[in-house]
Amino acid sequence: MGGKSGTVTRATLADAVYRELGLSRTESAALVDALIDEIRDSLVREGSVKIAAFGSFVVRTSGPRVGRNPRTGEVVPIAPRRTLVFRPSRLLRERLNRATAGAPRDDGG
Amino acid sequence: MTRSELLRRLAAAHPHLYKRDIERMVDTVFETIAAALERGQRVELRGFGAFTVHLRRGRRGRNPRTGRVVEVPPRRVPRFKPGKDLRERLNAVPAGGE
Repeated sequence: MGGKSGTVTRATLADAVYRELGLSRTESAALVDALIDEIRDSLVREGSVKIAAFGSFVVRTSGPRVGRNPRTGEVVPIAPRRTLVFRPSRLLRERLNRATAGAPRDDGG
Repeated sequence: MTRSELLRRLAAAHPHLYKRDIERMVDTVFETIAAALERGQRVELRGFGAFTVHLRRGRRGRNPRTGRVVEVPPRRVPRFKPGKDLRERLNAVPAGGE
């Protein structure tokens, strides 16, 4: 399944598709790649992807800021930047907090 | 883009597959990711980004309407961090145009 155990990768997803649909392994992997590429390209082109029952990805643009070169004290403009925000659906948030869910990793959240 | 739009685009790009199978494939992928997060696993998709599960500690909150103290239980939240490739592609054209 590739990668560290406990980490889900593209290979894990391809394997799940292979077992669920019975397509060839090659085609299953190609479909997973096509799905991820489509989401990525849509985000770059259109700025949002909403998957019901899972969550939505939205591109946010930070405003332009004024920075300063700490060495020279010179004022330099910082161009606006785009970042991606994931908003989990209510269903996904609830799934992660069911009584049956495994113990959480405490990483200081 | 919505889920149904996504299904339509994938079906158009894969005319040899049944739409039904495209739909099962998409649902299988998101279900596998959700189930992994439920188990507390990390999901790392090269060229896209990584999902992780973080713990929010419980805290003592206050109902703003009644002023009553309520216990907010600890809970787990999923997070997504876009990968380097995606961050670079989002900023390939200077932002602020829209």
